[in-house]
Amino acid sequence: MVDIDIAVTDDRPGRGGRRLPVHWIGVVPFLAYTAIFLILPTVIVVVGAFAGNGGGFSTENIRQLFTDVVWIGFWHSVVVSGASALIGAAVGAVLAYAVATGRPDSRFRRVVMSVCGVLAQFGGVTLAFAFIATIGGAGFITVWLQQHGIDIYANGVWLYDLPGLVLVYAYFQIPLMVLVFLPSVDGLRPQWREAAESLGSTTAGYWRMVAAPVLAPAFLGSLLLLFANAFSAYATVAALINQGGTVLPLQIGNAISSEVGSASANYAKALALLMILVVAVVMTSYALLQRRAARWLR
Amino acid sequence: MAEVATRQRHHGVNARRRRRLDVWRRVVFVVLGLFFLTPLYAMAEFTTRGNGENAPRTLDAWRQIVEYPELTGAILTSLELAAITSVVMLLLLVPTMIWVRLRLPRMRRVVEYICLLPLTIPALVLVVGLAPIYLWVTYFFGDSPLTLAFAYVVLVLPYAYRAIDSGLEAIDVPTMSEAARSLGAGWPTVMWRVVVPNIRPAILNASLLSVALVMGEFTIAQLLNYQNLQVAINLLGRANAGVSIAVALASLLLAFALLLVLSFVGGGRGARSAVEKG
Repeated sequence: MVDIDIAVTDDRPGRGGRRLPVHWIGVVPFLAYTAIFLILPTVIVVVGAFAGNGGGFSTENIRQLFTDVVWIGFWHSVVVSGASALIGAAVGAVLAYAVATGRPDSRFRRVVMSVCGVLAQFGGVTLAFAFIATIGGAGFITVWLQQHGIDIYANGVWLYDLPGLVLVYAYFQIPLMVLVFLPSVDGLRPQWREAAESLGSTTAGYWRMVAAPVLAPAFLGSLLLLFANAFSAYATVAALINQGGTVLPLQIGNAISSEVGSASANYAKALALLMILVVAVVMTSYALLQRRAARWLR
Repeated sequence: MAEVATRQRHHGVNARRRRRLDVWRRVVFVVLGLFFLTPLYAMAEFTTRGNGENAPRTLDAWRQIVEYPELTGAILTSLELAAITSVVMLLLLVPTMIWVRLRLPRMRRVVEYICLLPLTIPALVLVVGLAPIYLWVTYFFGDSPLTLAFAYVVLVLPYAYRAIDSGLEAIDVPTMSEAARSLGAGWPTVMWRVVVPNIRPAILNASLLSVALVMGEFTIAQLLNYQNLQVAINLLGRANAGVSIAVALASLLLAFALLLVLSFVGGGRGARSAVEKG
């Protein structure tokens, strides 16, 4: 490949001068692959959102976003993601604290962390089916409760609607919260509590004046990460809710399926752009809050 | 060691508060444990139901799996996809990451950024842009569901990158390669016979993660109109819930087993390398 004299000048990384092009060959396959299958699709979405049916610049697809249908789907998505993020963050923070107050090197803690790592990735068709088998019409909890005179669906079946979605999402949001929030809880030093108590603070005072302010940026950041996680999830909702465009991800899915040969070829791209924008804003805020939170982790 | 650490950690916390905390912790673990175990138990319960009110437990749903050719075909497709994705991912990522560390340090941030990018671009957005690209993929490679591997390599990039990066971080790549080069080894020898054998656990990690991810992938396959395991399970769920939940549970247990193995392998390696470093 490269002749051996380059190895002699190796202690000057990046100063190859005219030899630079030879170095670059090494990253070409990777850059070419990701350009085609990662960068190009993203560009296609962004450019396509502003392209007319016959090509050329057009804001028609963007204007199509400002309809009641899209607005309702978007709003539903925000509500479901927000609710599941809030529940996941609150319960996950409690679980993280319970884990953090145990012995730091115990087998139990390692098992809990491993299980959280697995469950945070768990979603999609299987998760939807798991909940259908649990509290669906013939689910064993539904049946068991019916035998005891309790009908959880007295006011209509909510599993296949937004409340059900929140419950199912909580299943992967809680473990994700534990994973991202635990390092911050571990960062709470016992000495801070001792210092607060020696200055006459109560337990509540310590939490309000010391622990809460220290944990707040990490908690808010994790909350945002959970929101983005739920906002962009498709598989679970597609398996749970069969028809209709009740949330934004389903609308995008429907738009892709019906895009071929339809009058508005770039509608899916405009919807996808909307999703990119929301996720980008949320994830940028997350990164900023993480940086703020890292202050106490040293 | 452990007890000293624990005692230090809770130094000054009086015994009564500690007891109350322990009761509270146990309640948290039991309640949440039930929440997480119930749906898994429900799947097992559902797939072993007999026909009728008080019918005995039966494994019929599990036996019927083989009677659905589209299901067994999809299982095979997903396994093949998992293998292809892992191989392509390794061929693409390992040489690039070693090369960048050795010869192009300035590119390291760029490669890292690209690899982590799929975390912020949802698969759902990616598939919108991939649809036109797949017209070309179909043109060149035929209309096989195995072409999904092209997209899956991108999906697994962030996880594979982190696994391999931590493996490379734990060894001294420049010194190793200088030693090998000074003994007359060419770059291919440095990569495949010097560096790669030293990051074998990281490569295993990256592969297992890829397999788990591909086995559970639904979004891209469904929206590009290809049948993989999850798409087949979803379709069959409408016709025969018992069988499809049985397969779902089986694929889930496979993924759990893979990831649990991985987290223990990874944890052990991490702990060891920390000791070596410290």
